[in-house]
Amino acid sequence: MSEDDRPIPRKVSQADDLAPEGVYPPTEEMLSEPVPADLQKAQADRLRKAWVAPTGIRYVTAVNNSEVGVWYSMTAFAFMLIAGVMALIIRLQLAFPENDLISADRFNQLFTMHGSAMMFLFAVPIFEAIAILILPGFLSARDLPFPRLSAYGYWCFLIGGISVIGSVFVDAGPTAGWFMYPPLATQDEGIGSDIWLLGLSFIEVASIAAAVELIVGTLKCRPPGMRVNIMPLYAWYVLVVGGMILFAFPPLIAGDFLFELERSFDWPFFDPTRGGDPLLWQHLFWIFGHPEVYIVFLPSIAIAAMVVPTVAQRPIVGYSWIVLSAVGTGFLSFGLWVHHMFTTGLPSISLGFFSAASEAVVIPTGIQLFAFLATLMVGRVRVNLPMLWIAGGLAIFTAGGLTGVMLAMAPFDFQAHDSYFVVAHLHYTLFGGMVFPVIAGVYYFFPFARKKLLSERLGRIAFWLIFVGFNVTFLPMHWVGLLGMPRRIYTFPGGLGWDTVNLMSTIASFLIAAGFAVFAWDVIRPKTRQPQIPRNPWGGGTLEWTHDVPEELWGTRSIPYVTSRYPLWDDPKLLERLDSGRYYLPDAETVRRETMVTSVIDAKPLLIQKVTGPSWLPLLAAVFTGGAFIFPTFHVYPPAIASGAVALAIIILWLWRETSWPPEHEMRDAGLGLRLPNYAAGPNSVGWWAMWITMLGDATAFASVVFAFFYYWTSSADFPPVAMPDPDRALVGLAVVGLLLAWAATVSAAWLNARARVTAARAALIVAPVAAAGGAAALVLSVIGLSPSTHVYPAVMCALAIWVVVHAGVGIVMQLYCLAASVAGKMTPRHDADIQNVTLYWHFHLIAVLVTCAVMGLAPGVMR
Amino acid sequence: MRGFRHTVTLAGGLVGSGLMSGCTGQQSALIPRGEDAAVQSTLFFVMLVGAVVLWLMLNGLFFYLTRVRPGAVPQRLANGMIIIGGLVVPAVLIGALLAWGLSILPDQQRSGDGLTIRVTGEQWWWRVEYWPEGAEAPIVSANEIRMPVGERVEFALGAKRVIHSFWIPALGGKMDMFPGRDTRVSLKATEPGVYRGQCAEFCGASHAWMAFAAEAMPPADFAAWLDHEASAAVAPSTPDAVAGAEIFAREGCGACHTVRGTDHIGQVGPDLTHVGARHTLGAGRLGATLEDFAAWISHTDELKPEVEMPAYGHLPEEEHRLLAAYLKGLQ
Repeated sequence: MSEDDRPIPRKVSQADDLAPEGVYPPTEEMLSEPVPADLQKAQADRLRKAWVAPTGIRYVTAVNNSEVGVWYSMTAFAFMLIAGVMALIIRLQLAFPENDLISADRFNQLFTMHGSAMMFLFAVPIFEAIAILILPGFLSARDLPFPRLSAYGYWCFLIGGISVIGSVFVDAGPTAGWFMYPPLATQDEGIGSDIWLLGLSFIEVASIAAAVELIVGTLKCRPPGMRVNIMPLYAWYVLVVGGMILFAFPPLIAGDFLFELERSFDWPFFDPTRGGDPLLWQHLFWIFGHPEVYIVFLPSIAIAAMVVPTVAQRPIVGYSWIVLSAVGTGFLSFGLWVHHMFTTGLPSISLGFFSAASEAVVIPTGIQLFAFLATLMVGRVRVNLPMLWIAGGLAIFTAGGLTGVMLAMAPFDFQAHDSYFVVAHLHYTLFGGMVFPVIAGVYYFFPFARKKLLSERLGRIAFWLIFVGFNVTFLPMHWVGLLGMPRRIYTFPGGLGWDTVNLMSTIASFLIAAGFAVFAWDVIRPKTRQPQIPRNPWGGGTLEWTHDVPEELWGTRSIPYVTSRYPLWDDPKLLERLDSGRYYLPDAETVRRETMVTSVIDAKPLLIQKVTGPSWLPLLAAVFTGGAFIFPTFHVYPPAIASGAVALAIIILWLWRETSWPPEHEMRDAGLGLRLPNYAAGPNSVGWWAMWITMLGDATAFASVVFAFFYYWTSSADFPPVAMPDPDRALVGLAVVGLLLAWAATVSAAWLNARARVTAARAALIVAPVAAAGGAAALVLSVIGLSPSTHVYPAVMCALAIWVVVHAGVGIVMQLYCLAASVAGKMTPRHDADIQNVTLYWHFHLIAVLVTCAVMGLAPGVMR
Repeated sequence: MRGFRHTVTLAGGLVGSGLMSGCTGQQSALIPRGEDAAVQSTLFFVMLVGAVVLWLMLNGLFFYLTRVRPGAVPQRLANGMIIIGGLVVPAVLIGALLAWGLSILPDQQRSGDGLTIRVTGEQWWWRVEYWPEGAEAPIVSANEIRMPVGERVEFALGAKRVIHSFWIPALGGKMDMFPGRDTRVSLKATEPGVYRGQCAEFCGASHAWMAFAAEAMPPADFAAWLDHEASAAVAPSTPDAVAGAEIFAREGCGACHTVRGTDHIGQVGPDLTHVGARHTLGAGRLGATLEDFAAWISHTDELKPEVEMPAYGHLPEEEHRLLAAYLKGLQ
């Protein structure tokens, strides 16, 4: 390569010389200039062609948020209905003392799956589903930045969900409760617990994928001018909840990883007879489990935050207070998990601290509720059907919140814990804080997604059935709980004062079911003869109501320049300009799907982002990823490994074909006199942000495994055990050297490539995987002599080694990918997004390597 | 199953056994019969009143705003309401509640006045050992707690295989029981009576049937009872009981059960030395009549799903009767 001979290497990556050109922000004069009618029509035709949805069997290859969002929502609701039917069977069994409608084993499967499905297959996915469906509308983005990732996440959710919930129908469901406490769950025979662990890990991975998508979408795909302080509250909540998912799910994934190692290979992480500790699981589970409650609750509050201003016809009061409270709730929620463990014999000082921390959550929650009340106070209230559901939700949620205040008092919790009082409390918070607002959201956003209204009459019938049924079912449970009825019992003796209450709950539970049946019918009933809605049927002020009626799949005809929180209320000319294509990206010159990427804080236009279109690859990748998770359930590993390899190959193919190719034109006209680049690398690109955010979650999972090591150290006097062999220190040292070298070679490759020293960069990309493989091999050899099934100490060492080796493997694949990209001309000195992302991965991996090797090589000596 | 069920004392044993005065309250946290439960009950009722008042105020305000519809209020007033309603009022109330609630935290981790009872959760029964102050060996019992009124008794808790939780609502809060980890709780009964305790941590198929009777006795009665509990089993005194003892030996019951003073020294199942004197059978599953004994022996697995003790339904009914006579005689 001749470039190599150049005397002074100079960075030539495109960020330096390709920046947006032209006028920004647009002047009023530019905005008021009309667009010629024939141009409008030509642009609209091209856009329509670019965004056309596949038809027939190829419909399943759709990746557009408007399709995937609807599938996702409907699937989550279907799982909710199935889990609801399970609850009805549970109630029937508990209608009478010593009833024998179903066996204890069947009952345990049902209550385990009811909780697991409601949480993992409904409450969290429905947030992601609704957000995927409506967030781009709020932001006037044409789509989210990674539509195929959404589709992949959806198919993973569908496959994983069916395999988990289906287990109950073949009488092989998990029976140890949705919390899966060991040793009960580790000793459990049969495949139930494996289905839970692997199936839900699979879905958790999909959840994290969706979180990454939504966070990047919120940060980078806002319309020009929508600074963070004027973005819709919904977007703020998506950001907060996405961040929480990123830090809450990884501890559970780490826990699942250890748990499945124990179940499959008998590594005793939670077995007290071999140095393990069942309480570690409880910590990991509730570090996930408590934020989970707010992960479920905040998105529903977000819906209320969009409905309330529309109902009041006034901007929300206390915007900043709400944002601060949402962020505050997010942070606080990570400091409360111990209140699920008040009865595990912790010292009083912990009880006091976590009591106080739990009570503190009242304040941000209270601020959010009062901000809604304040908004209603200053407005002219028009109660509509969505508002009725919000009102019902408020009545129920405040009751649940107040019993939460009671439960957070440790002395009272000693009585109420694991009794029906808690069953009542959690259903009050989840129905009031989640189910009712979500249904309000369905009524409110149904016309957005389907351009038809749901029935006012059916909506009111469903509301009163569910509202009355709910209260009659669950209010008495507080009472029966304090009469001493524990949770999770498949039957109970008569004569303890529990009989009448349980019968009443059972009868009323069928009112709830009837209400949901009415609601479900309203959603699915044919509406062909019903007229389409007028645009913006509720009179909302935010951008989602600019979408066209009848529906156009392009999302927004042109991407507006936004200067206020409620553009539809504040800018009377917005709609007309938007429709005529006066704003940004009014055209699809290349007839490809595109949206605009803006800067994180100020939403200044940065580039035109190509958006991927329909493809079989996400579906196929999900099928094979499913295989990699589902085969191990039955302890058959070769097909699992093969399946995983195929999934990886498909994902590589998908990335290779569609991402980060040098564009045909470096700069293109974006409308309103602005020219934008068509390619970005590093922090300007969405891919770099996605990598950053993913690795943050990955690092959290890794930190949880390291936490396990230190937890054993603090909870056991004899850890690390004196007589146990340690990992071979020399080999651990060698692993550090190898992996450090791999990191250095990767960083050098990026540096050299950006300075047009392509040959040297390729050489570095050959050295890097070799060094990484050598380092990983050394790490494997360092623990090869340990017997992880004898004690938790060698087990945790081996688990750490596995973690690093697997990540090194992924890192090697990435390095080779960059090498291939360089050779194929996909990656050039100017267009180096791939290597920049890979470098970021290796930065994170280096930290994991150093921590792991310190723990394996140094800690045993220091700690003994 | 329905057939034989009518012949035995139904459900949870002591419910029907007539030992209780107010039957429906024997597992109630709201009819406290212990020092800790009384404090918790007070705390609950105070919080309940507060919660009802706050709920009515908040929802009343919401109803007023959305239905009664006053004219719109100025923005400043609304901003003030966020701060007062969302920040100031909750902070004050929560602060007060914490100050009071945590100060009366009934320190159930406090040590006892002398007697320690070690309880180990098994699948699905309770191994019980009485350790009076200074004792070198425990007095072993099972599936029942007896304790003196007016004395703080310390419970040392553990579990064999999975996590359980020890809970006597009428006396106080619960405490989890872990394999490989000791937890402690202390309780002080204030009134004599028989209460019902139950496992509160999900522990598998028969979690619902892991209960026990807890009897608080006047101290003198308790001392007498404990002396008797420490003694060896009485010899069978009726012809039926003698015949039952032979069947007990023939069927190998002693491989799992101990009857002190005999050759039966099994450690797997509950100690049966004084099983005839207990309030319940099968860890609160049945009462303790002769019929209950016969039903338990013949239908163990139906009464308690996945229980480890095999059912002896294959024995002739007559032998169930004789075994019951022997066991009921172990007073």
